[in-house]
Amino acid sequence: MNWKTFLALLARDAHVARRNFVPLLLQTFLQPMMFVFIFGRVMVSSGYMPAAYKSLLLPGIMAISMVFTGVWAVAMPLISEFQFTREIEDRLLAPIEISWLAIEKVIFGTLQALLAGSVVIPAAWLLLRPGVELNLRSPLSFACVTLLVALFSACGGLALGCSINQAHIGLMFSMVLTPMIFFGCAYYPWSALNHFPILQKIVLVNPLVYASEGLRGTLVPQFPHLSMPVVLIALAFFDALLLTAGLRQFHRKAVS
Amino acid sequence: MLAGIRTRDLRKIYTSPPPLAAGGTFAFSTARGKSNKQPKPQIVALDGLSLEVSPGEIFGLLGPNGAGKSTTVGILTTRVRPTGGQAWIGEHDVWKDQVAVKRLIGVVAQRPNLDFSLTAREILLFHGAYFGLDSRERAELAEALLDRFKLRDRSDQMVRGFSGGMMQRLSIARAMMHDPQILFLDEPSAGLDPQTRLLLWEIIREYNQRGKTILLTTHNMEEADALCHRLAIIDHGRKIALGTPGELKASVPGGFLLRLRFGRHSPELLLRLQTLAGVTEVRPSSHANDDNSADVYADRGGSLVSEIANLASGASVELCDVHISEPSLENLFLHHTGRSLRE
Repeated sequence: MNWKTFLALLARDAHVARRNFVPLLLQTFLQPMMFVFIFGRVMVSSGYMPAAYKSLLLPGIMAISMVFTGVWAVAMPLISEFQFTREIEDRLLAPIEISWLAIEKVIFGTLQALLAGSVVIPAAWLLLRPGVELNLRSPLSFACVTLLVALFSACGGLALGCSINQAHIGLMFSMVLTPMIFFGCAYYPWSALNHFPILQKIVLVNPLVYASEGLRGTLVPQFPHLSMPVVLIALAFFDALLLTAGLRQFHRKAVS
Repeated sequence: MLAGIRTRDLRKIYTSPPPLAAGGTFAFSTARGKSNKQPKPQIVALDGLSLEVSPGEIFGLLGPNGAGKSTTVGILTTRVRPTGGQAWIGEHDVWKDQVAVKRLIGVVAQRPNLDFSLTAREILLFHGAYFGLDSRERAELAEALLDRFKLRDRSDQMVRGFSGGMMQRLSIARAMMHDPQILFLDEPSAGLDPQTRLLLWEIIREYNQRGKTILLTTHNMEEADALCHRLAIIDHGRKIALGTPGELKASVPGGFLLRLRFGRHSPELLLRLQTLAGVTEVRPSSHANDDNSADVYADRGGSLVSEIANLASGASVELCDVHISEPSLENLFLHHTGRSLRE
């Protein structure tokens, strides 16, 4: 492992992200913030939603923002760099095993997702207050869940980014990310699916469920949520699975 | 440390379409997979290629599109996994010791593969950083290369808007940034104007004079002739000739090639052509649908035409077309493969 090269690769990604900061910011936060405003503020103030929904919504919005940011940060550059122009070639020829390039992308995506998570809480809180009741009882489990969620989003980005090509980006959103978000228990707790027992079982294959439930369990434990050990084990499992699949796909894309 | 290149019996069979950089149109044979139910098209890109490039040499791989040139470069630069055989850069096995190999090589791909998210200067600086150069060293080298490749005016602009020639120049500058022992140039002058091509040739020679090994691929005779110490001519993934440009040209029987087209096919006429003074070989055309043509190898050119015309009229065959080429690598290629490099 060659640290100088690895850090230079990270520096390059940070440099590019800094250059695209404003579009990146709008892309990540505009949609979740509008959702927070309409559902957490407009619907609650007008009485269509109970006031408690504000607190229930916040962890879900945080999960969505983190996952979306991580996937986007890793998948989109990979999709375009592996295209016709093969922009990534220069970094594939850097003196480091090519798996480390994939891992560098994952680390960078994880950092971006963590950043998104840490920005979305105060932003959503500002938009929703008063009436948000956060009960952070165990900062350690919150940190673990947040880290695993960020890692899952970046690994998912790696797997997705190396599996689809530019022509299918639209399909990625409509077939993967949208169903994942709507069936990801972000806008409602998993227990809300009690009346749909089959669906309730099916959604368990969606890693976003564990992300939303985990953040709900650590930020607003007063609401029903999946048990923490289940959440942590499931998130660790999805991290490992997506990282393995992502690395495999990365090698297939990188070497012909 | 000087480093050379060696390959032994290199084979590459693509079962999925090869990347665009590894050659556009492949002259391929379609075979069916053995055990798979779904037959996969198999494209044989390299068919047992063995080469040895000495340290400090400018070595050329000459061949038409799809001959296997880019695949060879791809394997030697760790970007393509060989199906069989072995390759070494210096003492390092290319497939097993990739990081050590990557330190020794600089690569210019056939298509500019620049990092479009960066400016020209940043591309050089980050490339230097990947190779562990410290910041002062990187900055100095980048400045020198931007000057050398006449890119200073645009050095702080994003490369997305660069012309093809500028991108190519920057690709070459980038490959030289970490001062590699071996430089791979895949069709370096494709798309360059004549002036830039001359600048590039000068830079390549200069780099070579510093003891560096250079492997370039081309389908341009003039370039191969002007730059290369030795050449391998490859076609269908096989080596068909190897030597210095002079040796290779001298190996063409007669040197001159007269490509003739007659009004009709006449085997007797071809036999008679063989008897003309100076003619070393007469070959009927290799094209299946054109048996009215013939290739005549001879040690003289223009002065033969009237004699050929006389023989033809004596045999009541119309001589429709004559094309004379002087001794060249193009003729050598034709001689070995029966087709032109540009076909």
